[in-house]
Formats: sequence, structure tokens, C-alpha cells
Amino acid sequence: MEEISSLMHGFAVALSPMNLVLMFVGVVLGVLIGVLPGLGGANGVAILLPLTFTMAQTPGGTTSAIILLSCIYWGALFGGAITSILFNIPGEPWSVATTFDGYPLAQQGRAGNALAAAFTSSFIGALVAVVLITFLSPFVARFALQFGPPEYFSVYLLTFCAFIGMSKGNPVKTIAAMMLGFALAAVGLDKVTGQLRLTFGHTELLKGFDFLIAVIGLFGIGEILKTLEEGLEFKGTQAKINARVVLETWKELPRYWLTSIRSSAIGCFMGIVPGGATPASFMSYGVAQRMSRQGAHFGSSDKPQIEGVVAPETAAHAAGTSALLPMLTLGVPGSPTAAVLLGGLLIWGLQPGPLLFTEQKDFVWGLIASMYLGNIAGLIVVLTCVPLFAAILRIPFAIIAPVILVICAIGAYTVAGAMFDVYMMVVFGVAGYVFSKLNYPLAPLVLAIVLGDRAEESFRQAMLVSQGDLGIFFSNGLVGTMTVLALGLLVWPFLAGLMARLRGKS
Amino acid sequence: MSDFSGRPAATVRVVEMVVAALIACGGSVVIYDSIRLGSKWAEDGPQAGYFPFYIGLILVVSSAAIFFKALRAGSRATFVTVPQLKLVLSVLVPTAIYTAAIAWLGMYVASTLFIAWFMWVLGRYSVARILPVALGVSVFFFLLFEIWFKVPLPKGPLEAALGLN
Amino acid sequence: MKFSRIVAALFAAGAVLAGSAAQAWEPTKSVEFVVPAGTGGGADQMARLIQGIVAKNGLMKQSMIVVNKGGGAGAEGFLEVKGAKGDPHKIIITLSNLFTTPMATGVPFNWKDLTPVSMMALDQFVLWVNAESPYKTAKEYIDAVKKAGPNKFKMGGTGSRQEDQIITVAIEKQTGVKFTYIPFKGGGDVAVQLVGKHIDSSVNNPIEAVAQWRGGKLRPLCVFDDERMPYKQKVTDTMSWADIPPCKQAGVDVDYLMLRGIFMAPGVTEDQRVFYVRLMQRVRGTPEWKEFMEKGAFNTSALMGDDYRTWVAKEEQRHQQLMKEAGFLAGSK
Repeated sequence: MEEISSLMHGFAVALSPMNLVLMFVGVVLGVLIGVLPGLGGANGVAILLPLTFTMAQTPGGTTSAIILLSCIYWGALFGGAITSILFNIPGEPWSVATTFDGYPLAQQGRAGNALAAAFTSSFIGALVAVVLITFLSPFVARFALQFGPPEYFSVYLLTFCAFIGMSKGNPVKTIAAMMLGFALAAVGLDKVTGQLRLTFGHTELLKGFDFLIAVIGLFGIGEILKTLEEGLEFKGTQAKINARVVLETWKELPRYWLTSIRSSAIGCFMGIVPGGATPASFMSYGVAQRMSRQGAHFGSSDKPQIEGVVAPETAAHAAGTSALLPMLTLGVPGSPTAAVLLGGLLIWGLQPGPLLFTEQKDFVWGLIASMYLGNIAGLIVVLTCVPLFAAILRIPFAIIAPVILVICAIGAYTVAGAMFDVYMMVVFGVAGYVFSKLNYPLAPLVLAIVLGDRAEESFRQAMLVSQGDLGIFFSNGLVGTMTVLALGLLVWPFLAGLMARLRGKS
Repeated sequence: MSDFSGRPAATVRVVEMVVAALIACGGSVVIYDSIRLGSKWAEDGPQAGYFPFYIGLILVVSSAAIFFKALRAGSRATFVTVPQLKLVLSVLVPTAIYTAAIAWLGMYVASTLFIAWFMWVLGRYSVARILPVALGVSVFFFLLFEIWFKVPLPKGPLEAALGLN
Repeated sequence: MKFSRIVAALFAAGAVLAGSAAQAWEPTKSVEFVVPAGTGGGADQMARLIQGIVAKNGLMKQSMIVVNKGGGAGAEGFLEVKGAKGDPHKIIITLSNLFTTPMATGVPFNWKDLTPVSMMALDQFVLWVNAESPYKTAKEYIDAVKKAGPNKFKMGGTGSRQEDQIITVAIEKQTGVKFTYIPFKGGGDVAVQLVGKHIDSSVNNPIEAVAQWRGGKLRPLCVFDDERMPYKQKVTDTMSWADIPPCKQAGVDVDYLMLRGIFMAPGVTEDQRVFYVRLMQRVRGTPEWKEFMEKGAFNTSALMGDDYRTWVAKEEQRHQQLMKEAGFLAGSK
């Protein structure tokens, strides 16, 4: 096969000692960036971009440069899970769903297992996506072109329905929480008409509410406040920490092979479309919860599931990786980080687009080879650090709690460089504490902030296209299938309940 | 673990009603601004205020439902006891002061003071333990953000005096 | 235009002399380079290129840090620089939202709140259609739009009430056709939507669509400038940028160029301004910059000092007029 020989050539390009060093440097930096909330892969790549400018001028230098930058990206994908599991603070948007089961696991003293599962499934997700990129890129690029505004809307709808249909708890409170999220998402500039919404002349509100601010507050600060009620310590401090924890987890993981396959597929699909890693992680979590026999225990504090960590992490990493494909073949970034990488390619004098694969063979295959190698490097780095990460939980509360609060404040500030966001973080923290005590579900709120404005934007774009005709969401096989599937997932719990009741009566 | 049973500071019912009322207020604000923007379905699809209008409406309706349910049959169980609330406030209030202090002391000085205060008051550590942690964390973040990542964080008079900004 | 360029050159020469004579001001800490747009867009790319050039060639002792503040169609970034009165360590790169954002949203700022430093280049706009569509010239395309009736053809663009939509409205005014304008997040998205045939045409900047053009997916019809672009090197097998006719020749009398310029905070001293004027001049002299200009088919006009100020003032007038005609001013529906 031609791809294999190209790939082997790519390995030869990527496997220079210099590039290997860059790989490990990139991964370590990326993990650090991933751990710090607010500082995302996009920041990391953007910050190092000018450095690579010089690098790219030497022969073969563009490959080294992209290896360094893409390894930061892999590192950030891995790193996002760490604080989610240990402290309920998602380091990156796509690790929010990881907190649902990861954090309860850590509270039960199984932080090591949760981390090992998260890292391993991230790796598997990435691997599946890279294989896809290696062998199916021309086909996949054509598929991505099918996506116009109505298709995007139906993808978001599908994400929503996959996740929300499973929500437990008071339905009125679920709806209220979700609508709060939508309302927060609507603040700022309306992209379709260019009007300002819900800002009331306050310039701080122009940029809207970033989802990370809400998440740091609701989950991170809220959780610390809740923990305080029971005294000055974190649960799960008696975590057993030894190097065998990784092997132990690996023994358990093959049980979830079906979830892994499903989540990889969801992730790749969402990455290529491009819908993004964050929706992918939510969708995958929702689907896993429906399909799993242990679904009822997902996200519970007494019986959290490793599977609930596997699903979002696999999908997020698969989506994050496959998001590079539309960037390379179409010049459309599938994620903010990919957007910065794209800028990098242009500055180095490479033109992403349909011709990149034929004109810059060395570069493209070097990059693809580095995706394999970079992820292996990443896995090695993070897995060896699992005991170290888990040991952080042993630091006394009075030391680690203020440090976490400082990290939250820095994180909230770095999202947009605004003090207003730091104040909002505290407000969200109080809201998170009160909401979780009153059993308002936080996940639908967060998902609504992530997807709200994107879904509305594509809905209204679609309406412009069709001049107000809703039929556009059923106008072709692709969009029709997704819409029907989404609506089916939404009503399924009701139908199932109804059926059960009918059966009970007869 | 110590006993936090204590006197109740608030019942679930009251907090439930207060939160519902706040959400309803939020919903009303959303509705108000949506009407200003235009909340109709125009010929070529929804106007800017169309979705926010219904979001606001659902917020008001659902919070009203929560409010009246709590009024009629709210749980009289304790939402939080006084000792618990004191503990929560003992962290929340300094955190709020800390975030306010960032604006004029800068991120690094404020963080150092916050960590030191926390360790001293809540952890009762000795100065010998506090200083290295509080200073170390801030210096680490300074190096990380200002030098390494080149992400400027807020800085105050101390950095200006040292010529570090 | 020619006269003003000579004046600009003279002025620049004067500035260089003045700068070297008096012991010039230099940044004492790292300079924040604000981008009033998200990461990955045209302004962001240019800012990061400038940052890279400055770092690589050691044009400045202190480092330059790019910060994205794109909230509220860039208002966030502009307000930040406006608020940093007298701070010489903050510069901002602009796009047309310098004019359109305050006009469309009523956010309180104006270019006069900032100190103009230098025009770096002007970005061109090209009318693109899908390569599989039958239209070979702008005239054929506009005729087809006219024949189909209002709202049958879809024009995609970046953002709402911004440059792309202004151009669309100008075309409509000029030719009497009516498009359905569909706003997207970024130029790259628009180009791909056009390749996927979800829209019928776009007014992408050259750099946003060049990859798809080279890949044979898009076809340029005309450029919204008075003259042809000067770049004669072949981009595709058969065409160069210079082969794209001006829209005026093709019967669509619309010209629009987008400012890529540098501004500083208000209240800075003359010395401080001159430092950045010289810095940007040196940036424009590097081979990396020239390569970037050619790749993106930029119009390489550069102005400084009073000429720049006059140009910006005139451009503001023009935008006021265009926005008013299009009904995009704040408060109007």
C-alpha cells in the first residue's frame, strides 16, 4: 500500500534524535498547559509559534516545528484530565465530562485507576484517529464538505439529545439549569445580526461568558465549598499509591472494549465534521451511559464507573486528533488549537489545502508519523507520573486548597485577560455550591453554555439558507438521519417509561 | 470528624425559594432585552431575540413552579447548619477579598498573601512552613507565566518597584 | 495616492533622522500586541508574523506578546487599548472592525481614541464562486443572480455587519440584485462552505481562499480594487493573481480594501510613537514580510504619520456612508 510506504518514510523523517527530544519537550509543556485551567493548547501553541519561525527556515525544519507544536497539543489533551479527576476542576473544556465519574472515583481513593484509565483511553482514541488520518484522509475530507449550516445544527442537536435524555433528577430543575446555560451563552454579540444581546451597555459583558469561567466556578470552587462543610480535608486522601495501579487498571480496561470502539467512532466523527472535542466528550458520555449495563451508576458518588472516564476521554482525544485532518486537507481548523497551527503553517510558507498532501509529502507524512510517536511519548510521560499526580491528594488541605484557589483565579484570568472573569468565577462558585446542594444538575447547564450559541448560530444560518423553512433539517439523507436520531434519543426515555408502564398494567 | 450538626442556618425550603426567585429575576431580564432586540420569527428565520425570549420565558415558568412547590411542600430539612456555614464563609470571604485584591496588589503578591493567610489561620502552620510554600508557589507561577509562557498576569506596586513588569 | 506615498516616504525618512538624532525611546518591558479578533484569523496571523519577524531579527530588545481580545467583534480589544492611556507598551493591529464595530454596536470608541502608528498593508477582496459552477466572469454571475430573482443566491461572508456584508450590500446597490447573506465565523469556514456548495459565492480575502483555488475547487471572478493585483507569478497552472480582472471592468463598480494597520494607546509621547513607526518600517523591509505579502496578494501600500491619520479619517467617512446605506448603524434594524 502506498500509505504504508509513505508512513515509513515519515517515520524516517520524524525519528531524528533532535525531533525525539522536541517530542518529549512538547509533551511535557503540553501536559503543564493542560493542567492549568484557562491556559489551553491554543495558548501553548501560539506562544511557541514565533520560536518555530526560525526553526522552520532550516531544511526539514518545518517538520521539527510542527512536531514540537503538535506534541504540545497532545500533551494538553492528556493533561486536561488530571485536575478533573483530582479536584473536579477541568483543565480543558473537553475534560468536563471526565469529572462526572473521575472525581467520585478519586474520592473513593481510586484516583490512580481513574488517571490511568483516562490516559490509556486518550491514547487509544488518538490512535484510532491517526489510523483514520493515515488511510482514509481523502475520503474523510470529502465527507466533511457535506456539512453546511443545517448539518451542523443537527450535530449539536444530536449531542444535546444524547446527553440530556439520560439526565436523572428533577426534570423541572434540569430544564431550569439548561435554560440558565442557554441564557448565559446568549450574552454578548449575536453573530448573525451583529447586535449586542443582554449586555445592557456593560463593556465587561461584550465578550460573553466563557464556558471555562463557569466550569472553574461551578465545579472547582463549588466543590471546595461543599467539601468544607465536612471539615478541612479532601476525601480520598488514603489513596493507595503504587506503580502497579497502572497494570491493575489495564487488566480492567479490556472489559470496556465496546465503549472504546463506540467512543472512538463518535470522537472521529465529531473531529472531522468539525464539531469539536468538547461536544464529542459529552456525546460519548451520554451514549455510553445509555448503552452500558452499569449506566445507572454513571456519575453517582457511591458507585462511579471507570467506564464513565473511558468514554469521554477516548472521544475527546479522538476528536482532538482527527480535527487536524480538516485543517490539513481543507484549511479549516477543527479546534482553536488547530486554528493556531494553521496560522503557523501559513507563516512557515506551507499552504494547507487540497494540494498539501501532494506538494509537501515529507512534511505531511512526517507530521502523521509524529502523531503516532508523539502520542506514545505522551502516554509514557503521563503514565509514569500517575503515582506522582495521585500523591498530590496527600498534601494537607490547608496547603493544597489555597493553591487550587490561586490556580483557579489565574485560570479564570488567563481565559481572556480580564479581572471581571475572576469575580464571575467566585459568583459561579457560590452558585455551584447552592445548586449542587439543591440538586440542580450542573452538567446540562455547562453543556448549554458550550453548545448554546453554536447551535443557535447554525440554526439561524440554516434558516437564512432556507428562508425560514424548517424542512431544511430533513432536506437530505445526512441531515435527516441525524435529526431523526437526535429526536429519537430525546424521547426514548419517555417511550421506554411508557412501554414499561403499559406492560405493567397489562 | 467533628460534629457539625449544630443550629440550622437555613432550611432547604427557604433557600429553594430564594434561588427560584433569583432565577425568575434573571429570566425576566432576559425577556426584557429580547423584546428590545425583536423576538419574532421573521421571514428569513428567527430574530436576535427569538430564542432568548423563550429561554427567559421557560426560566420564569420553571422557577415559578419550583418556587410554589417549595412554598407548598418544601422540605423543612436543614440546608446548612451554622457551624458549617461558618466554615464555608471562612474560605469564601477571604477568597472574595483575594480576588478583589488582585486588581491592586497584582496576582503574585495577592496570591502569596492568600496562601500564607490560609495556611496560618486554617492550617495553623508555622512561619517556617508557610513562607517557602507561599513564596514558592508565586515565584513558580511568575516564572511560568511571565518568563516562560509570556502570558502577562495583573501586576501591582511591588512588581513596579522591582522593575519586573 | 502617488503624491501621498512620496510624502509618506519623506516623512518616514524624517522620522528616522529625528529618531536617531535624539536618544530614542525604547520599550522598557515586553510589549503587548493586542489582536481584536480570535486566534487563527487574518489579523492574528499577521500579528504573529510580525512578532516572529521582530524576534528572529532582533528588532527590539524586549519581547512582543500577542494577546487575542476578540470579544464583541473586537470591541474588547479596542476598549482595552483605549483604556490604557499613556501606556507605550501596548499596540493593536486593526481590521475593518475598527470602524464597523462601534458603528454597528454603539460600543463607545472611535479610532480617534487611539494613536495611529502605521498602515502595514491593505487586504484585497475577491469575488469567488465554486469551480464547478458555470460562471466564468463577474458579469455572467451577476446576470444569473438577477435572472433568478431576489434571495435565490447565497453569499457567504465573515461576521455580520462587517466588511464582507458591506461589500455584498454594495454589490446589491450597484447592480440591483439581492443576495441572501449568510454570516460565518471565519474566512476559512466560508471558503469551505463554498467548496461544499452550501453557498453560491463569497468575497474572501486572497489568503483565505488561495488553497482552494490552487486545488481547483474555487474560481476567482474579480477583485474589488481599481487595478489588477501586481503579483504575476502563477498561482495555479494557468493563472496568477494579476490575471484576475478588477470588478469595475467586469461591470461591478465596487472597490473595497481592508486596513491592516497598527495603533497605540492614546496619550503616548512622540518619541514612543516614532519608535513603533520605525520598528514597523524595519519589519516591512524583511524578506519574510515580502514573502507573506505575495502569498496573500496584499496591496502593499504603507502610510505613516499624518498621511495615515488622514487616510483613516477618510476611510471612517466612507464606512459611515456605507454602513448607513446598508442600514447597519446601531439602533437601525
